[in-house]
Amino acid sequence: MSLPLIVLLPLLGSLIPLLGNNRQRNLNAWSTALLPAIALAIVLAHAPGVLAGEIYRFSLSWVPQLGLDLAFRLDGLTLLFLLLILGIGLLIILYARYYLSPEDSMPRFYSYLMLFMTSMIGIVMADNLLLLWVFWELTSLSSFLLIGFWHHQSEARRGARMALAVTGMGGLAMLAGFLLIGHIVGTYDMQTVLDSRDLIQADPRYLPALLLILLGAFTKSAQFPFHFWLPHAMAAPTPVSAFLHSATMVKAGVFLLARLHPALAGSQLWLYIVTLTGLVTMIYAAYFALLKYDLKGVMAFSTVSHLGLITMLFGLDSKLAVAAGLFHIINHATFKASLFMSVGIIDHETGTRDIRKLSGIRRYMPMTAVLAALAAASMAGVPLLNGFLSKEMMLTETLNTGILGGLAWLIPVLATLGSLLSVAYSLRYVRNVFFGPKATELPKAPHEAPFFMRLPMLILVALCVVIGLLPALTVTGLLQAAAEATITPPRPELHLAIWHGFNLPLLMSVIALAGGVGLYLARRNLFAFQRQFPQRNALMIFEVSVRRVLTATQVAIDKLENGSLQRYMLWLIVAVLFLTGSGLLDLDRLKGSQALQPLDGLLIVGAIITILAGLGTAILHRRRLVSLIMLSVVGLMVSLAFARFSAPDLALTQLAVEVVTVILLMLALFFLPQRTPKESSGGRIVRDVLLAAGFGGIVTSLNYALLTRPLDSISGYFLDNAVSGGGGHNVVNVILVDFRGFDTLGEITVLCIAAIGIYKLLNRLRLFMPSSDSEGRPWSKDLHPMLLATVSQSLLPLALLVSVFIFLRGHNEPGGGFIAGLVTAVALILLYIARGVDWAQTRLSFQYQPIAVVGVLIAALTGLGSWLFGHNFLTSAFGHFHIPFIGDIELATAMLFDLGVYLTVVGATLMILANLGKLTTPHRPSKENDKEAL
Amino acid sequence: MEALFATVTGFLAASGLYLSLRGRTFPVVVGLTLLSYAVNLFLFSTGGLTTNGAAVISDDASRYADPLPQALVLTAIVIGFAMTAFSVILAMRVRGDQGSDQVNDQRGEESKEEKS
Repeated sequence: MSLPLIVLLPLLGSLIPLLGNNRQRNLNAWSTALLPAIALAIVLAHAPGVLAGEIYRFSLSWVPQLGLDLAFRLDGLTLLFLLLILGIGLLIILYARYYLSPEDSMPRFYSYLMLFMTSMIGIVMADNLLLLWVFWELTSLSSFLLIGFWHHQSEARRGARMALAVTGMGGLAMLAGFLLIGHIVGTYDMQTVLDSRDLIQADPRYLPALLLILLGAFTKSAQFPFHFWLPHAMAAPTPVSAFLHSATMVKAGVFLLARLHPALAGSQLWLYIVTLTGLVTMIYAAYFALLKYDLKGVMAFSTVSHLGLITMLFGLDSKLAVAAGLFHIINHATFKASLFMSVGIIDHETGTRDIRKLSGIRRYMPMTAVLAALAAASMAGVPLLNGFLSKEMMLTETLNTGILGGLAWLIPVLATLGSLLSVAYSLRYVRNVFFGPKATELPKAPHEAPFFMRLPMLILVALCVVIGLLPALTVTGLLQAAAEATITPPRPELHLAIWHGFNLPLLMSVIALAGGVGLYLARRNLFAFQRQFPQRNALMIFEVSVRRVLTATQVAIDKLENGSLQRYMLWLIVAVLFLTGSGLLDLDRLKGSQALQPLDGLLIVGAIITILAGLGTAILHRRRLVSLIMLSVVGLMVSLAFARFSAPDLALTQLAVEVVTVILLMLALFFLPQRTPKESSGGRIVRDVLLAAGFGGIVTSLNYALLTRPLDSISGYFLDNAVSGGGGHNVVNVILVDFRGFDTLGEITVLCIAAIGIYKLLNRLRLFMPSSDSEGRPWSKDLHPMLLATVSQSLLPLALLVSVFIFLRGHNEPGGGFIAGLVTAVALILLYIARGVDWAQTRLSFQYQPIAVVGVLIAALTGLGSWLFGHNFLTSAFGHFHIPFIGDIELATAMLFDLGVYLTVVGATLMILANLGKLTTPHRPSKENDKEAL
Repeated sequence: MEALFATVTGFLAASGLYLSLRGRTFPVVVGLTLLSYAVNLFLFSTGGLTTNGAAVISDDASRYADPLPQALVLTAIVIGFAMTAFSVILAMRVRGDQGSDQVNDQRGEESKEEKS
């Protein structure tokens, strides 16, 4: 299928200009035009089939999980737009070749332009809603680049930013709408969506989906009140305006209305929102088009106005109105692109676009004047030109609508008013610029533009005339095909003709033409009237409001994020209190149905000790060493609690960790102040005590509620399968290394990362080391007491033996890699304490960092190993072996995994403590130093 | 027994929270450690409080302690140690680099004072 080629060729085409350089301008332009020309040829090759009613489709699965397919379609609507995009695009390439000055980077311009063309083609060809959205955002991005092409100008940068902000926002809203539609229909496939009209409109999500999608369409097509970005996008080079803002980008919005018309239209909601938005936009923008002095401003507002007209037609509840809207898309693209080109030529040859300075230009450039006058006449809806035909259709349809009930006459009256304004500003453009006395104060001496710069205009104006004269021969077929893709059957028969006899629409046309001329002649009064209003610049308003939002956020951020960790903590705690507290309120009663277990004396004593030690840690916290000792008491009691409640593994782990933690905190305390100064105010203390009490109360209630309720646990599975599935009798260990081995792998990785982070934090750390304790007593000079040194050295092999034992039996008895690793670490640390870091380091001549890393690697590789046997990650295998003196053990792959855990724990713990200990070694008062001093 | 256990957990949590709201680093680290004890006890108790339950599967065991919370808490203890270590060393580094062991961002305070 050649459908993807239509998108791909222009995309490739965006690379071709980059191969050339800025000097070979003709070569650059022709080579750029080559690929889109081929794409156009492919489109034309498909045209007969499409006109005969065929729909070409192509689909390639892209991200099936999301429902995103690389799907393209070529139906009548797509054909119409493809001809506009590729046809006018080729003319723009030719025109830009003469428009751009030698200083402008031609390769960059053409590259952006082709990128834009690709995304636009993507929108009209997309056969999948999500794909359509992707291309939609691409047009926003590439038009941002094009509008900001002269990025040395602040106007261009700001205009580009505003266009991106508005259309990008609309695009996101549209995505949300598409997602809703996708949920309603169950697929993002375009054809299915288009066929699911009844399903979509019956769904309660239809309203939000419609509003969001319309937001996307209205921002893109610059509908009121989102019209303000388009006039400021005029800071773009004129070829960009001619392409984006007449024929393509702004038509994406109305294209979307047409594309989704079969699925979304037909409801009262659609009728009112779309019709009235279009109507308001048409009148509002036409009025301002009449008042602008900048020619591109006139064109921008008239574009907005005509887009409003098209939107209104798509909103109306008659099928012919939709056909009229499609027809006007073609006509507007032809006359507006040529008008933009004429403005570009005037700007290029005279150096100004100010309507007050320009006058009598026809004497310098007669050809351009004739072409521009014809295009403007088409815009005004003068008979025998294409603009007249679609305007006539529009006026006819406004008479047939049932909207607004008894006030239905308002629609045709306002539509006539819009046409009247259109006549007035078209006349003003032609009359003021090309006629009248010769302008004297022009920045450049004007002359006729080169032929090839006028050629694109000539072609487009010729189209205006030919379509206007012979509609039946030229566009009827195309329009019929496009209407077939847009309008649900039964479809009306199209009769395009210049003469429909004397009827009401003709009268309305005459009124518009005559009234427009009258308004033009009386325009001074209008200008005087407008002068009493303050001038408002949309760009300024937009930027001021953006700045206001930024300031407001900054103020909010400063208030919330004031650098006080205490404050953050407070917010967190209050949130927790609120959430858990409100959950507790929902319980009928605190105590559950479970019977309570009896108390015994030992438990009461243990609980009292734990509570007192915990409170002591908090109350005595300003004497830090005392607080730390209290903390260690709590740790030991927790360990005993684990032992009491049948968790020997936990008790062992807690005990070993407790030892390591206290040593670590003692070491840290050496470098930190020994006491905490009294800082907190009385109020602060009361607040914190209340908070802590509230928190404790909630924890207690929650815990009690939990403990007194019957438990339905998944643990039965682990108990049943530990022996048969994991090959171990110690269920806790089997869970750690087998069932939930992946969690453990993550956990030892975190441990390793924390240790490495600490290693880096300690790097080159210089800290003040006090020579005495907080009471002023100097440290003991006996650094390594004999008794401790002797005991620790003899303990080491014993401790290592124990850890090996704990490790080996871990799968079947309490123990395992975690505990064995901690025991080994504690034994080694004792050696460090007893003999000093230097002594230990010289004897234990290995680095701890690699040990920890190797541990993680072993664990990970063990897991990967099961892939070799075609099993899932971390599947274990095991077998029983008899080892003399130790007994029956199992050698399971889980054992290898546990070895990784063991190594990581040893490596990480020692990496932390040995490195911290190293800090203390230099400059310590020692016996040797004292002797030297003596 | 359940009430007593819950009370202990609550007191430890309250003491830990009070400490972690202090303005100096060391009490905060101690407070976090205390808080992690409370959390570990809490998590452990979600499996119920089993007295004299078998820890290892054997044929003559009548009832087992719930192994799942135990496995969770075991790793939580080790990770808690890593967290304590990291935060206390971070506190030391802050003291070394900025000369203060205060929790709050002192530079922010100063710059605000300069502004006013």
